[in-house]
Amino acid sequence: MIIIGERINGMFKDIGDALRNKDPKPLQFWAAKQQEGGAHYLDLNSGPAIPTKERPEAYKWMVQVIQEVTDLPLALDSTNYNAIEEGLKFCKQPAMINSVPAERPKIERVFTMAMQYNSMVIGLTMDNKGIPKDAENRVAFAMELVAAADEFGLPIEDLFIDPLILPCNVAQEHAPEVLESLRQIKGLANPGPRTVLGLSNVSQKAPERHLINRTYLAMAMACGLDAAIMDATDNALIDVVATCEILLNKSIYADSYLKVFRIY
Amino acid sequence: MPVTLVKERYTGKVSEVVLGANSEQGGTRTSVITVGGDCTLPFLHFEGKIKNRAVIAMEVNDINPSWNEVTKAGFSGVLDNPAAWAQKCVNEFRADLIYLKFIGADPEGENRSLDDCVRIAKEVLAAVGVPLIICGCDDPEKDNEIIAAVAEACAGENLLLGSAEQDNYKSIVAAAMVHKHNIIARSPLDINICKQLNILINEMGLPLNRIVIDPMIGGLGFGIEYAYSIMERVRLGSLSNDKMLSMPMICTVGYEANRPKEANALTAEFPGWGELEDRVVLWEALTASALLQAGASILLMRNPAAVKLIKTHIADLIAAN
Repeated sequence: MIIIGERINGMFKDIGDALRNKDPKPLQFWAAKQQEGGAHYLDLNSGPAIPTKERPEAYKWMVQVIQEVTDLPLALDSTNYNAIEEGLKFCKQPAMINSVPAERPKIERVFTMAMQYNSMVIGLTMDNKGIPKDAENRVAFAMELVAAADEFGLPIEDLFIDPLILPCNVAQEHAPEVLESLRQIKGLANPGPRTVLGLSNVSQKAPERHLINRTYLAMAMACGLDAAIMDATDNALIDVVATCEILLNKSIYADSYLKVFRIY
Repeated sequence: MPVTLVKERYTGKVSEVVLGANSEQGGTRTSVITVGGDCTLPFLHFEGKIKNRAVIAMEVNDINPSWNEVTKAGFSGVLDNPAAWAQKCVNEFRADLIYLKFIGADPEGENRSLDDCVRIAKEVLAAVGVPLIICGCDDPEKDNEIIAAVAEACAGENLLLGSAEQDNYKSIVAAAMVHKHNIIARSPLDINICKQLNILINEMGLPLNRIVIDPMIGGLGFGIEYAYSIMERVRLGSLSNDKMLSMPMICTVGYEANRPKEANALTAEFPGWGELEDRVVLWEALTASALLQAGASILLMRNPAAVKLIKTHIADLIAAN
């Protein structure tokens, strides 16, 4: 499973301050730490720390300072597509565009950009009316995104569908619907699109955050989850990924499987 | 109706291992061999690159072996002289490498001394220009001593040394690290032990591109399907980028194919089985050809006629590209 490190996000105080002060150190610190933890991609999100007008320049700067310390590919996370595009211009490796909802003008903007910069796309199962309550409507949005990939020529395996998990302390009924969506989305095409979750959302503001993340990740992986934007510095959570890969027979068991999971 | 070929896209490949070293590289070999590097399942040229062809190492022993007379006939006059035997394998039978096995060192057999083993290894090195694979007598304690001594005496030659096993790998890995050789990691037809052993060896500090996997095999009719299935999983592991299973594989074809009754019983005993001369060759050649399809990179073989058949077969499989 692809681990996308979530920590370089302006919502965290140290990153927000670093973005405002143009101090690369905290970004580079978390890039290295997440890579060490087992991240395969790094998510970059300026959050509200930077005014909209200055965001393109901020994404360019983030991409550049991160690439000074790591070769990991990046996931550029914003609703501001001009900012994402400016960042994509400087990515040394194919990046992920995070994200696009199932809304026509945004689909046109993002899929065209993905083709131009050889990027992958994270597609959200929602439109401007919000997130559906049930699996059925999530899958319907996923189908629109799959059709868009076909229309714009994006290889289906470069499309990651995010069925959008919500915090279980306020929207508990979504958790099983998301699992059901994960199962069904794979069947929308052959080969199917890949799937991704913003995992930490499930445990927002809950005291048992780590336990909830770990448990839900195992459940989601059993439903076929391919990637997660998650806390790559939570060792026990990374152990869950490694163990699920063994129990799903995706990786071959060896006594030291936990140890080698992080190295390679 | 045109048929579209279904192609897999793999994220990994078999790692490459270099055997032997020429004078510029600190050794004395006139040929250096690279194995591995394949990006797809065996010989699926349409799907990915088959970078290096499989190679054949012919077996030479330090003492006259207890092989059947039919197999021995191909080596008459040289079986008591490992250097001449190796020369014959290279010059006459076109072996890519020499597999020197010190069965005479067995403490329960002739118990040859370390000095003897080192001397013979050096004689064989001097007699041929191809890279060498050197293995002991399958007595763990004696093997550790032999391999350490040979590794030191032949430093710079980039040998392939065997065999490290789960409960006896530290000495041989240390010898390979200090004197810069490669090692064979042998596991008993067990994918999990295979992977674990590679992890343990790598943890000692030996780079992954200095390890070759011996998955252990059964000969034709004697469990070859188990070997096939393990080897297939190793190859699929390497193609899915499991670095701890990405090593090229070596198979003891000659040893396993020549063990059963079918490869030894005289024609008079079982007239219905055909001539022993043919059976011996076919048993080894068919074992080898099946294992090539399972992903073998190095075949350890004995019978010159079987070697000839398999050399042609490999050339045909590569030319099919």
